[in-house]
Amino acid sequence: MSRTLYQKLVDSHCVLRLDEEHVLLYADLHIMNEYTSPQAFAGLRERGAPVRRPWQNVAVVDHIIPTHPLKQRVILDEASALQASNLARNCELHGIALFDTNDPLQGIEHVIAPELGMIRPGMVVLCGDSHTTTHGAFGALGFGIGTSEVEHVLATQTLVHRVAKNMRIRVDGRLSVGCTAKDQVLHIIASIGAQGARGYVVEFTGEAVAALSVEARMTICNMAVEAGARSALIAPDDKTLDYVSTRAVDLKRHLPRAVELWRDLCSDPDARFDAEHHFDASEVSPRVTWGTSPDQSIRIDERVPDPAAAVTPQQRDAAIRALRYIGLEPGASLQGLAIDRVFIGSCTNARIEDLREVAKVARGRKVDPRVRAMVVPGSGAVRDQAEAEGIAAELIAAGFEWRQPGCSMCLAMNDDVLRPGERCASTTNRNFEGRQGRAGRTHLMSPAMAAAAAVAGCITDVRRLERADER
Amino acid sequence: MSGKHTIAGVAAALPIANLDTDQIMPKQFLRGIDKAGLDRGVLYDLRFDGEGRPRYDFILNRAEYADCRILVAGENFGCGSSREHAVWGLLQFGIRAVIAPSFGEIFHSNAMNNALLLVAVSQADVDRFTRDVEQPASNRIEIDVDHLQVRSRTHDVKFTMSARHRAMFLEGQDLIGASLVHAAAIAEFERKHWDRQPWLQSIGAVVRARKS
Repeated sequence: MSRTLYQKLVDSHCVLRLDEEHVLLYADLHIMNEYTSPQAFAGLRERGAPVRRPWQNVAVVDHIIPTHPLKQRVILDEASALQASNLARNCELHGIALFDTNDPLQGIEHVIAPELGMIRPGMVVLCGDSHTTTHGAFGALGFGIGTSEVEHVLATQTLVHRVAKNMRIRVDGRLSVGCTAKDQVLHIIASIGAQGARGYVVEFTGEAVAALSVEARMTICNMAVEAGARSALIAPDDKTLDYVSTRAVDLKRHLPRAVELWRDLCSDPDARFDAEHHFDASEVSPRVTWGTSPDQSIRIDERVPDPAAAVTPQQRDAAIRALRYIGLEPGASLQGLAIDRVFIGSCTNARIEDLREVAKVARGRKVDPRVRAMVVPGSGAVRDQAEAEGIAAELIAAGFEWRQPGCSMCLAMNDDVLRPGERCASTTNRNFEGRQGRAGRTHLMSPAMAAAAAVAGCITDVRRLERADER
Repeated sequence: MSGKHTIAGVAAALPIANLDTDQIMPKQFLRGIDKAGLDRGVLYDLRFDGEGRPRYDFILNRAEYADCRILVAGENFGCGSSREHAVWGLLQFGIRAVIAPSFGEIFHSNAMNNALLLVAVSQADVDRFTRDVEQPASNRIEIDVDHLQVRSRTHDVKFTMSARHRAMFLEGQDLIGASLVHAAAIAEFERKHWDRQPWLQSIGAVVRARKS
C-alpha cells in the first residue's frame, strides 16, 4: 500500500500498536534542556527506574543561560543556576552526554543537534520543546513533548504517539530577491491559520522547497508548529546528504547503506494525504507580523487589516485584542513604524546563513542610535564561524551587540527581556502577548528585515536598501 | 442523572482564541526544578497588572468566580510552547476541566497525562456555555465523564473522548508502568532497528565523544 513519508517513519519506529489510534514509537534521539527535564528526572528517581538508553539522549543548557559577551559565563539568577547544575548532576548520574554552560559547542538545542551531526534522515527525534519540528528538514520526525513524556522517554526510550493525519504543502515557483524561507513560512501560516495544521504532520514539497538550503528548510519546519502542526517533514535529497555526511563523520563507513535506505524516505507517488495546500513562492513578499499570533502577518507593503473585515467573530475579537496590545490602528502601515529593539536569534533564525544575510544589510551601515540591536548566535560553533568569516566584526562595527549563544529573548527566560511597551523587530517564532517580556511588542520577520529595521530605526522594506553585495 | 465521575462547579469564560501556554504560565515561573508554586503563575499577566496588583475586572479575580473549577475557553487553547507547567499550574489553581472548540496538540497530551479534563465541543456550544457562565447566577457547569455529557443551566451537549484517554482519566493509569511492561518488545525492536541502521545506535554518546 502507498504510504506517506510520515507513515513510513511511524512504521519504521513502531514498537507495537497500542490501539487503533496509538503506537509505541521508538525515539532514536532524545534532546533535553534544563527547564522541561528536572521534574522528569525527579519522577524517575521516585520510581526507582533507570534511564533505559542514556546514550540515545543528549542535554544542553540553553533556555535560561545569560548571553552576555563574556567568555566564561556565570548564571547569576539563583533558580536558573540551580536548573543548570541540576541538569549537569542528572546527566552525570545517568551517563547522558551534556553540552554545559561553558562548553564551546553549547547552543540552542535545535541548532546544535543538526550542526553536530546528530540529526540523520529517517530518525525519530523527541525533545521537551515545541520547536522540535525543526528536524523535519532532514526527513527526521521530530515531536515536541511535555515533561511527563520526557520521563516516559527516559524510562522506555519510547513515546505513546497518537497517530496524526497527513497534510502536504506544495510550494512551487521561486522566491524573489529579498524574500526568504521565513517570509515563505509566515505567508503559509497567515494563509492556513494558527491551527490550520492542527492534528497533522505536514510534508513540505515542491520546487521552491527543493531550492532551499538545508538551513532554510529548518526555518520552515521550525515554524510549522506555529500553524499547529504536530510535526513537519521534508524528504531528504542531495543537499541533505551533503549536510549530514560532512557533519556526521561516524557515519562514513555506513554511508552507502544509509544512502540506499534514505532513498525510500519520500512519500509514494500515489500516497493519500488528508489535506493539501498549494503555494507559489513567487507571490511571497517580505512579511512582518502586526499582531500577537504568528498567523497575523502581512506583506511589508500591506496595511494592518481592519478587524471588521475578519471572517469569523473569533478572528475579529482576536484582531481587536491584538491591535490593542500591539498599539496599532487598523489601516496603519508597518513601514516607518519606529522600533526600540532588534533581536536576531532563536532556533528559527540564528544559523550562519541567517547571520550572513544580516551582515549583508549591516555592512557599512550603523544601527540607528535609538535602537538597541542584539545578535545572539544559535551556537558556539555558529559564533566561531561568524567570527572567522569576519561577520562578527562587521556587526560590531555597525553597532550590534555580539553575544553568546542561547535561546535568549525568543522567550526571555534569561535576563534578555523587553521592557513594557518596547517594540521589537525579531527573527523569532512567536509574537505572543508577553512572550519577550510583559507588555513587550514583537514583530516577527526575517533576519534581513530585522537588520534593515536596525539600521533604519523603523520597520522597513529590506528590498529598498541596497545590499552590500550590490553596493 | 449524574455519573460517578463528574466534575461540577463554577465555570469562568475566557473567550480568547489561541490562548497560548506563554500566557497560561509566563516565563518567570519556569525556573523551578519541581512543580511547586505554579498556581501563582496561572494567567499571571491577565490576573495582575505591571505592579503585581490584581486586575479586579478580570473574571478569575471576581468574587463570584473565586472557586472556579472549569474554564470555558476559545479555540486552540494551550497552543505554543510545550511547557507542562501550564497544566500543572491550572490544576494547582483548582481548574479540573477546560471546555473549548480545540486545543494545542502538546497541551492536549500534557493535560491527558495529568488528568486535566479537556472537553472539545463546537464553537456554537462554547458560545452557549459562555453566555450562561458569564452570568454569576448561572455560572455552574457539570461534566459527566461516565455519560460524556456537559451541562450548563440552559445548554446540554455530548462530547467524545478516546477510549484510551477516558481510561487514563477515570483510572489514573500509570503510563510509564504500562509501557515498561513492553520492555522485551522494546529490546527486540532495538536489536532489529540497530542491526538495520547501526548509525542510529548510541548517537548521543558517539557525537559527544567525537567532539570532546
